[in-house]
Amino acid sequence: MSVTERTSKVIGTSQLRKEDAELITGRARFVDNITVPGMLWVGLVRSPFAHARINGIDVAKARELPGVVAVYTGDELEFAAPLFMAWPINDEVKNPPHHPLTKDKARYAGDPVAVVVAESRALAKDAIELVDVDWEQLPAVTDIRAALEPDAPIVHEEFGTNNAGSWILERDSPVPRRGPTAPFFDDPQLVKIKQEYRLARLIPNAIEPRGVVVDVNAPMGEYTVYSATQIPHILRTTLTITCGIPEAKLRVVAPDVGGGFGSKLEIYPEDAICLALARKLGRPVKWIEERSEGYLATLHGREMIQEIELAATRDGVLKAVRVNLTASMGAYLRLVAPGIPMLGAWLYHGCYECDAYDFQYTNVFTNNTFTDAYRGAGRPEATYAIERSMDALARELGMDPVELRRKNFIAKDKFPNYTIASGLTVDSADYHGTLDKCLEVLDYDALRAEQKARRERGDRKLLGVGFSTWNEMCGLAPTRVLAALNYGAGGWDAATIEFMPTGTVRVVTGVSPHGQGSVTVFAQVVADQLGVDYDDVEVLHGDTQVSPLGMDTYGSRGVAVGSVALHRAGEKIIAKARTLAAHELECAEEDLEFEGGNFTVKGTDRSANIKGLAFNSWTAHNLPDGMEPGLGATELYDPPNFSWPNGAHCCVVEVDPDTGSVDTVRYIAVDDCGVQLNPMLVEGQVHGGVAQGIAEALFEEARYDDEGNLVTGTMTTYLVPGPPELPPFEVHDTVTPSPTNAMGVKGIGEAGTIAAPPAVINAIVDALSPLGVKNVERPATPERVWRAIQEARS
Amino acid sequence: MIPARFDYEVAESVEHAIELLDGNDDAKLLAGGHSLLPLMKLRLARPAALVDIGRLSALAGVSNGSGPLLRIGALTRHHELANDPLVQEHCPILAYTAGLVGDRQVRHRGTIGGSLAHGDPAGDLATIALTLDAQIVARGPNGERTIDAAEFFKGFYETALAPNELITEVRIPKTEAAHWSYIKFRRRALDWATVGVAAVVESANGGIEAARIGLTNMGPTPLRATAVEQALAGASTDSVEAAAAKADEGTSPPADSFASADFRRHLSRVLTARAVEEALSR
Ligand SMILES: Cc1cc2nc3c(=O)[nH]c(=O)nc-3n(C[C@H](O)[C@H](O)[C@H](O)COP(=O)(O)OP(=O)(O)OC[C@H]3O[C@@H](n4cnc5c(N)ncnc54)[C@H](O)[C@@H]3O)c2cc1C
Repeated sequence: MSVTERTSKVIGTSQLRKEDAELITGRARFVDNITVPGMLWVGLVRSPFAHARINGIDVAKARELPGVVAVYTGDELEFAAPLFMAWPINDEVKNPPHHPLTKDKARYAGDPVAVVVAESRALAKDAIELVDVDWEQLPAVTDIRAALEPDAPIVHEEFGTNNAGSWILERDSPVPRRGPTAPFFDDPQLVKIKQEYRLARLIPNAIEPRGVVVDVNAPMGEYTVYSATQIPHILRTTLTITCGIPEAKLRVVAPDVGGGFGSKLEIYPEDAICLALARKLGRPVKWIEERSEGYLATLHGREMIQEIELAATRDGVLKAVRVNLTASMGAYLRLVAPGIPMLGAWLYHGCYECDAYDFQYTNVFTNNTFTDAYRGAGRPEATYAIERSMDALARELGMDPVELRRKNFIAKDKFPNYTIASGLTVDSADYHGTLDKCLEVLDYDALRAEQKARRERGDRKLLGVGFSTWNEMCGLAPTRVLAALNYGAGGWDAATIEFMPTGTVRVVTGVSPHGQGSVTVFAQVVADQLGVDYDDVEVLHGDTQVSPLGMDTYGSRGVAVGSVALHRAGEKIIAKARTLAAHELECAEEDLEFEGGNFTVKGTDRSANIKGLAFNSWTAHNLPDGMEPGLGATELYDPPNFSWPNGAHCCVVEVDPDTGSVDTVRYIAVDDCGVQLNPMLVEGQVHGGVAQGIAEALFEEARYDDEGNLVTGTMTTYLVPGPPELPPFEVHDTVTPSPTNAMGVKGIGEAGTIAAPPAVINAIVDALSPLGVKNVERPATPERVWRAIQEARS
Repeated sequence: MIPARFDYEVAESVEHAIELLDGNDDAKLLAGGHSLLPLMKLRLARPAALVDIGRLSALAGVSNGSGPLLRIGALTRHHELANDPLVQEHCPILAYTAGLVGDRQVRHRGTIGGSLAHGDPAGDLATIALTLDAQIVARGPNGERTIDAAEFFKGFYETALAPNELITEVRIPKTEAAHWSYIKFRRRALDWATVGVAAVVESANGGIEAARIGLTNMGPTPLRATAVEQALAGASTDSVEAAAAKADEGTSPPADSFASADFRRHLSRVLTARAVEEALSR
């Protein structure tokens, strides 16, 4: 038996991404690269109005166009059920049927009303223009508050209101909060502040637009759906519900997927429509979204109004936090939309102690594109409110914002597993340590000194510094908690590791990465654990035929759930291999040490390598009695807790008060995601996340006119910043392992997006505070900054 | 992303291009395609045919006549303008501004002829042409004519060109002696100007002899801030701020997702002062 030593560790090193060679050389395969013989192209006829009744649809001209195969309206294409909504937060929720093609009226600009199928994409596009819809335009409502006014146009008449339901922590949370806030807000001794923030509507902008190809095996009634999706497993289940095709006949493949940020964590009308068309026509079909189409048809994120109140002692001890949110759902309740604000429910007191906490939110229908999860989902909202408010409280008390934060941080010695005021239990953290690192990199005192000097000199450019000491819960996650929240699925995930006869390793994961680099990280985990070569590990994912079990990728769960599941499957393999090794080496299992792929009899040089054991278990010639052949294992892992990363971010800005321009001159990110499996990928996640967070703070906003038309409907008007608009990122870390899993890992996928917006806006307000400015709404456009200054002056 | 149906012809010569244009009312010239194609892909423009002049190399390049004018072929790309030694020497504001247009891809495709013919009030080169009193040479079935920049821009996406005319050349007065500045206020590096201000200032004896101020995106066409020009003529350098306060006189700035009309007015005043000051310091 050959014995190979393998001691060098790959976990914790910055391995280059296994995914990149294909991507860089253009060999990656996205949905749009997929062509099936006999394939037809699909085009959607969409409403040009935000709110309009359909009095009739004339499809005759479109059907006559040569090359057009079919045109259907909502009444002609049948579904077993409306699109599935998976998070009815409580009994109050108002869930209107969301038909893939709307039948009675359009409820947002872009709502699909008919579908054309043609021999080419260009013909489909031409045919769309020939469909004549008799529209009766109705008054539209796109403002959250206006939607709740008594005389507002109603998006779904059957409810008689645009109020889609509320969720109240005190009533609906499965875990008790520390105490009611009313006594604190009634206490005359305490200082109280009340803030209102408006979060803009955001368009996720994954680089790859959405797309669907459905291949059909008509005689067998079998379908393969290729979709640019983050969630092939959930998509299969929900398509079964909507289209009435059993799971066993439905294969869903997420090929290479070019980013999602939540926008591909969705069951879209187009997914169901394409599947229904393939069945009806018995031919493969393809739909690829146009960018400007996607701006209307792909989910939006974040829009909400936040009211937050803090009560604190005069010397800055936080006592109570009370929050009331009003969130825009847009025109329908999409997959998990009603629960998105709830993902922040336990986080609005941040990483601070307090005695009392209240939280509630109300979802509202408006005539806009539906909203749903967008990177961070609920948690950036929470961090924004509390971190902005901590600065406001510091100003009110005349305290340094850093000092106020320090005074209220949950102390390190409360961990592990400390139940915070909102009622959930945080795994581990060292908030002071993380902030210390940030201040050290920043040289805080020197910066404040410079700010003072500049102010005294009367420099035209105003210097400001803003902090965001954030925490979050991710790695979604413990199924029991999700169940108590009425979430429609589990939080577990699946992993299978299988030794091939030749000693290579096949890894199948239920998380479906789409740009994160999970294939690389998972290979690192398995290679180290089993003592095989990193290059001998093949990670497969994103195809329900290859990986039938899984809950997919969102909520920073790839590492926190997916890799832990793998690690646990690895433990099972090692246990079985140990039994076989003991059998072969004729010793007791306890006498074996496992290191670098070798089982060695303690104190001897007799050993067996795991690859050899794998081969022997495949031939099965000499197995212990009762042992099954083969060396492989599957684990379905359900974490006992969320993972709770945290960090301290700081942004330094220069503001030109004459033009309102904001220049981010420094950005420091100190994040703690526990043990890092691949520091390069951690840094990459931070870079991307911070870029998206700065974008929210300064650039991005989906704007509608009074009639409900999206006026930022292309990439020239919806401003996604690029490298020239962003500062260099100074990325650092601290490492506080999670006690929840054996590897000590936490999620990092959303950190930057959660952290950055309040750091940036706090910096702007800090710069402008000598002028009397207390708030600038986001995105802080030059005009908003300039107007805030004008208002403060007058 | 998918334009409506159109025909496509390659022009073999300027005459051929004119012939093709003249024969089809709904035909459009295609130069760099970086204004026309995006509109076609959104189906906001639906020409029946495109006449591609991209291969007429005779129309590209910069030459230095003996006189006071620099001659720039209509097909000269922004990237070439930005890097051409003659332009840099004789018309530095044009070279500098061409380097601010869009992004790299845009600058390697877009042409000066296309920029002017498009008549986009947010276009930077149109403002420079207007500020420098450029002449636009156009050829049609009836021969050639020269149009002053001041007469060229007629309205929103509207110029003095007839549908069957083609710009062959842009003639730009040399300005090496003047102080200059172009300030482009934009949100992102690749954006059009929310507001742009060009300043070309001649100074004498420590004062301002004459100033030409051009404005981008402050109305349906590029504009000259004539009130500022008058206030600065013969003025001392102390009066810049007061003169610049007149920058938005006679303008009708648009309101869009980038800025309200009021904010554009405000920006034009601030940026005019800065542009003149920057010019004077150059
Ligand atoms: C992302 C992006 C960013 C941009 N940013 C800026 C910016 O910041 N500033 C700016 O100024 N511009 C910007 N542009 C526009 C760019 O400069 C265009 O290239 C330019 O406006 C048009 O030149 P073109 O050669 O591409 O013209 P085309 O698109 O080919 O044509 C434009 C119009 O001019 C006509 N035309 C073209 N050539 C002639 C000719 N010789 N005679 C008569 N008519 C002609 C065409 O028929 C058409 O109507 C941007 C474009 C893009 C895509």
